[in-house]
Amino acid sequence: MNWRRISLIAVPYLWLAALFLVPFLIVFKISLSDIALSIPPYTPTLDLSEGWSGLRNMISQLDFENFEFLADDDLYWKSYLSSLQIALISTFFCLLVGFPIAYGMANAPQEWQPTLMLLVILPFWTSFLIRVYSLIGLLSNEGMINQFLMWLGLINEPLTILNTNYAVYIGIVYTYCPFMILPIYATLIKLDGSLLEAAEDLGCSRTEAFWRITVPLSKAGIIAGCFLVFIPALGEFVIPSLLGGSDTLMIGKVLFEEFFSNRDWPVASAVAVILLLILIIPIVMYQRNEQRRIEAEQ
Amino acid sequence: MPENVFAPWNDPAEKPLIQFKNVTKRFGDFTAVDDLSIDIYEKEFFALLGPSGCGKTTMMRMLAGFEKPTSGTILLDGKDISPIPPNKRSVNMMFQSYALFPHLTVYDNIAFGLKRSDMPKDQIDDRVQKMLKLVQIEKFAKRKPEQISGGQRQRVALARALAKAPKLLLLDEPLSALDKKLRQDTQFELMDIQEKTGTTFVIVTHDQEEAMTVASRVAVMNFGKLIQVDTPTQIYEAPNSTYVADFIGDVNIITGHAVGVNQTETIGSNDTETVSITWAEGQQPIIATTAQPTLTGKVSFVIRPEKLNITAERPSDASNAFQGKVLDIAYLGNLSTYHVEMPDGQIIKAQATNARRRANRAFTWEDEVWLSWTDTAGVVIAE
Repeated sequence: MNWRRISLIAVPYLWLAALFLVPFLIVFKISLSDIALSIPPYTPTLDLSEGWSGLRNMISQLDFENFEFLADDDLYWKSYLSSLQIALISTFFCLLVGFPIAYGMANAPQEWQPTLMLLVILPFWTSFLIRVYSLIGLLSNEGMINQFLMWLGLINEPLTILNTNYAVYIGIVYTYCPFMILPIYATLIKLDGSLLEAAEDLGCSRTEAFWRITVPLSKAGIIAGCFLVFIPALGEFVIPSLLGGSDTLMIGKVLFEEFFSNRDWPVASAVAVILLLILIIPIVMYQRNEQRRIEAEQ
Repeated sequence: MPENVFAPWNDPAEKPLIQFKNVTKRFGDFTAVDDLSIDIYEKEFFALLGPSGCGKTTMMRMLAGFEKPTSGTILLDGKDISPIPPNKRSVNMMFQSYALFPHLTVYDNIAFGLKRSDMPKDQIDDRVQKMLKLVQIEKFAKRKPEQISGGQRQRVALARALAKAPKLLLLDEPLSALDKKLRQDTQFELMDIQEKTGTTFVIVTHDQEEAMTVASRVAVMNFGKLIQVDTPTQIYEAPNSTYVADFIGDVNIITGHAVGVNQTETIGSNDTETVSITWAEGQQPIIATTAQPTLTGKVSFVIRPEKLNITAERPSDASNAFQGKVLDIAYLGNLSTYHVEMPDGQIIKAQATNARRRANRAFTWEDEVWLSWTDTAGVVIAE
């Protein structure tokens, strides 16, 4: 291998090492430390002036106590499970909402498509936080949805949506839907219309042709969209803490509380390390799917 | 006419499989198919030929059920098919892009239509195997469409369309994606398969050579209308218009003024009349026979380049002989085409077979040559 090639590959690897591996090692080291009333709020810290013995001294004081604590206290694994559940259900509803939108976009007249695409991306022009806050205005007991439903006479007293898991689902589905729509749209737009005609010609009804041709051929887009929603939703913190209730358990929220309310950096780090390990599985699966999709296109 | 010749269109007792009755199809204010009537018979290999936009694809899509006629009816086996959706018609189509399902194997592509029918499972396998064998792609049954070559994909598409044993198979420019050599081989195979299965084929093509090779009858279309429907030989040798003559093959079209010569002959059952056509000042008129009696006035004389003789001396026995100068020579290997300039500036193309290898080329640029032809070599068409 020549030097040019190595230096070319080295750039992304250095980038990854500096911005992912090193921070991860620091977090991992903190997760093995103990809480302390000091700055930074954990021990041991690395004393570089002592050289090698300082490093050895530090490592000897590290242990897996925090991970054992996480395993013992059911709050943590319950939040992990609940996060998984919320992320899965939200992903499912995102797909349910996103696929028809993507399908409609792909089948819309050519000249409309850029506009429709713009409408899907438009929410990103506003701050994510502002959009979540505006959802509070919509969902609260005095919010527009309740007022509208009461004005219609459909309900007599306001529905409690805000501060429940429903609000969290609504928030996640609303926020992450574009991530579902765009990859599905990208695969549907490439679908050759003559395939559907061929299916019809060979005896399929329109609905059957949809399930046998359109859905399998947009599979790569569906999978990509699901991962793009599921992965960030799993660690989501802002939406559950702003829209969710006190009983909404999500690991992102727990993480935040450990760091900033309890100032227990070691436990928070351990939570983060486990979260990362959980996320690695879908991320690797997503990568594989992308690779296969690119290969299929070539 | 001998008994064994396949020509159901000449037999009034024969019932057509497909009948277009005054079919018109409009897209907005564009008329794709204009008040068109045609009969297509069982076991025919029928070619729709014309330039792009002439309405041939629209006709095919109406047969498949993807388009509905604006007015008129299409009968299949005597029944109006317009209310029947494409998935309920006993018509299958081979798409120009082949439209093979990329997520299914070759086997599953061919089985796709059968699985949608009420055929029992064990018979499906038999049928698919038979189809694979028919188009000689048994080896590739387990591959995906992307893993086989263009020619093999074309075979899969054909097998898939034939699998349900349709009454009518539509082929939309089936060979346009293949290179020339493969296309020629496949044309013969296509005819072979059509004969073996006995299915009626309707092929859409803009390639006149392809239409002539495969079809039992050719319909030449332009602007949504049928210009001529006839056997390939008739289309080539007896075009009914300068459009057809010009569209099919190479041709010389000479316009002139015809005067009847009182000389009626009977060849076979047709009476023919001889006319003389004045076509250029200072030239002898062209003597030609025509089946249309009393054809006088402004006419086009149409003659194929290969019907002309090119000689250095004036031939003594030819009815028509004119002298000119060789302007250009196109060497095509098997043939050479000479562009000969007449004294009045008209250019007439003549073709000569290069029967001998390395013959001293008889003529070269600027040579004075004689072009001659018999009185039956060309066709006279009224303007």
